[in-house]
Amino acid sequence: MDELLMRGGGWFLAALIAFVAAASATDTGFAIHMSIMCAAGLLAAFASSRGFNFAKGRFPALTPDVASRYDDDLIRIGAIMTLFWGVVGFLVGLVIALQLAFPVLNLGLEWTTFGRLRPLHTSAVIFAFGGTALITTSFYVVQRTCRARLAFPGLARFVYWGYQLFIVLAATGYVLGITQGKEYAEPEWYVDLWLTVVWVAYLIVFVGTIVKRNEPHIYVANWFYLSFIITVAMLHLVNNISLPVSWTGTASYSAWAGVQDALTQWWYGHNAVGFFLTAGFLAMMYYFVPKQAERPIYSYRLSIIHFWSLIFLYIWAGPHHLHYTALPDWAQTLGMVFSVMLWMPSWGGMINGLMTLNGAWDKIRTDPIIRMFVMSLAFYGMSTFEGPMMSIKAVNSLSHYTDWTIGHVHSGALGWNGMVTFATLYYLVPRLWGRERLYSLRMVNWHFWLASAGIVFYASAMWVSGIMQGLMWREYGADGYLVYSFSETVMAMFPMYLIRAFGGLLFLSGALVMVVNVWMTIAGKIREERPMTETPYDAEADRPIVGTPAAIQPAE
Amino acid sequence: MSEKQRIDEATGTSTVGHEWDGIEELNTPLPRWWLLTFYACVIWGLAYTVMYPAWPMISSATAGMTGWSSRGDLAKEMKAETERRAPILAAISAKPVEQIPGDEKLYATAVEGGRAAFKVHCVQCHGSGAAGSKGYPNLNDDDWIWGGDMATIHQTITHGIRAPEHAETRMSQMPAFGGMFKPAELSSVVAYVQSLSGSRPADAVSAAGAPLFAANCVQCHGPDGKGVRAMGGPNLTDKIWLYGGDEAAIRQTITKSRYGVMPNWNQKLDATTIKMLAAYVHSLGGGEAAAKAGVAAAAAVPAATPAAEAPASNVK
Repeated sequence: MDELLMRGGGWFLAALIAFVAAASATDTGFAIHMSIMCAAGLLAAFASSRGFNFAKGRFPALTPDVASRYDDDLIRIGAIMTLFWGVVGFLVGLVIALQLAFPVLNLGLEWTTFGRLRPLHTSAVIFAFGGTALITTSFYVVQRTCRARLAFPGLARFVYWGYQLFIVLAATGYVLGITQGKEYAEPEWYVDLWLTVVWVAYLIVFVGTIVKRNEPHIYVANWFYLSFIITVAMLHLVNNISLPVSWTGTASYSAWAGVQDALTQWWYGHNAVGFFLTAGFLAMMYYFVPKQAERPIYSYRLSIIHFWSLIFLYIWAGPHHLHYTALPDWAQTLGMVFSVMLWMPSWGGMINGLMTLNGAWDKIRTDPIIRMFVMSLAFYGMSTFEGPMMSIKAVNSLSHYTDWTIGHVHSGALGWNGMVTFATLYYLVPRLWGRERLYSLRMVNWHFWLASAGIVFYASAMWVSGIMQGLMWREYGADGYLVYSFSETVMAMFPMYLIRAFGGLLFLSGALVMVVNVWMTIAGKIREERPMTETPYDAEADRPIVGTPAAIQPAE
Repeated sequence: MSEKQRIDEATGTSTVGHEWDGIEELNTPLPRWWLLTFYACVIWGLAYTVMYPAWPMISSATAGMTGWSSRGDLAKEMKAETERRAPILAAISAKPVEQIPGDEKLYATAVEGGRAAFKVHCVQCHGSGAAGSKGYPNLNDDDWIWGGDMATIHQTITHGIRAPEHAETRMSQMPAFGGMFKPAELSSVVAYVQSLSGSRPADAVSAAGAPLFAANCVQCHGPDGKGVRAMGGPNLTDKIWLYGGDEAAIRQTITKSRYGVMPNWNQKLDATTIKMLAAYVHSLGGGEAAAKAGVAAAAAVPAATPAAEAPASNVK
């Protein structure tokens, strides 16, 4: 009981501190954010006082004996939240795609302008959808590949809910206009500090589980998860070093200035892609693809070589975001050279994923979940070829600042991260809720085609738009003058913006089909439907050709 | 671990012997094409760093064998373009602005240069099609407030309209008649102005405005309302409106006046660019010949000449 009071009291104290901070805030944004933190603290205090045991990580009534089961409560919530944030992120993406085509949709309100909704979209997709997927699957995979329950279950819950609080703070911050102006690192100093605490706890839980493993070796998925957790911690800390203007206000100044700040930002930004969206999701791939395919990993040696070459080379590639800028030529060269060398290490993951299907290729035809995994790996391969290509200066001089970059990012984000996450959730949901199978495999197939068609519309529209934009910007007339004004390039892109929005609509529709499917699966329903494979059998045709049916009568 | 190794049936490859939650790993060697491509990329990368600026030293970085630099590259391109354009610019610079339309080839090149400059400096107000919008004149039609021949357009661009702190700027200011007319008088003047262009039929109300118009407006807008270019007084009879021709807009114009500003571009652009801009605007459809422009052009030419003869230089 004393311990219970201590915990509840501790959270209450934290809520009180947040309340005082809200009351003494120097700007509205800080007051709102501290109020949110105060509410979160009160919720945690309430949960504690109701007997929620953070050490065991659950309400006592629910736990007769759990030591013989994996700790999956969080993973069930995580699977639902991943899907929720995904739909939110895709929806905001569709809205801002339409805003670009029809500026009136900015609604003339500061909170709904493109400038604020765009980072809301990128962060909702990368950090809310992707981040929740990574934390959720990492907790699932690390337990199973270590044959051990999560270390520090209370801390694991703190990680999970603390990260959700970070998402809420970041999302509300974008809409309120609270930003430090760094792409993918917009949240201000106090949110950064909160995320740091959460992330260190994440590292402790993950490493703690690996330490208490009952397997002699650490599985390759866990190398990737660990590299993702450690590197993101390092990137986050270095890029966000800043000095707050006031301890009770939102604003802060970066410790870096000028081109150093730009280089630090893109060292961060590129490795957010490298370690969040590549290494982390490769970890998912390394567990769920062999499980779903029921095949061994193609090559152990390849997994070692491509892991170490990937993490060594990725960290240097950031300067390719700053070609033809004030960044010194030598740093631009290194960014480009490391990006090109990164091509094969990236493809190592694709090869290991695809070739794991050796001996089970027929499943592409029969299993829509495998089909999604294969499509995600195909998009992974395409965007990790396109990336090094775009980092080459001659290509970059055309592609930089154009929609081509947007197309590249989305073929990776929708095609690779989206598809691999969808397939993983389809794998997880029946297992987590103890269902025989998904509500409908045919709906998975529908989701697959809607999402694939959406990506094709999206990416090809942006390729056309981006290359056209780049060519128009640089076109010189016969007399040596630029031919187009900026606004003319914008007008020319309008049809592509419509196609892009249509692609986004298809992708979002696919996700909504998934929501229904997951919902019904959790509800325990099974849709009556034709199975995915049905070898036709025609009884009438299954007989030899003879003169007349009478021939089958016995001979006399 | 070796005791757990087995041969995978489907591929005929040995497993490594590890197993996690049912997942095994095959002991497949690295794909040869993969390894060779990786090596090739690394070798290419090393060679590239020898050819181009790459290795950071204590105070600077290795310059690379090619001697390439992004700044040098840009300077070279800019120099080549400048040299290519130099003869055209010199020819335009040497010709008095009003004579440019007479030289068909020179006029065409000046229009091209003006088009490019217009898209950078002028589209913000006049629109990328030069069609203007409320408060910003349409440059495609033949309705000119100050005049539409080369020299007059050139004068307008050079010195601007109501440009602050610029003595030579074009200046006209309509008074705000708000306190001067009684409400009924104001309505009748508005009605009269609308009747001038046939926007509303002439009736008793508009007739009552006629004497007020004659007493207050004809100095700038002319006795027939057709405008006086020398005064910058717009033509009110042609249904082309800078601030709108409906009753409310005209009422606001009369009571509160208008004060649109165009910058004097001689503070920012070189003389040749301004000449090219004049040629472009002149070419848009409403360009007038010098003789037709009459009094207004005659007044404008002397002021335009010094700027026209200034040597070409880069943007100030």
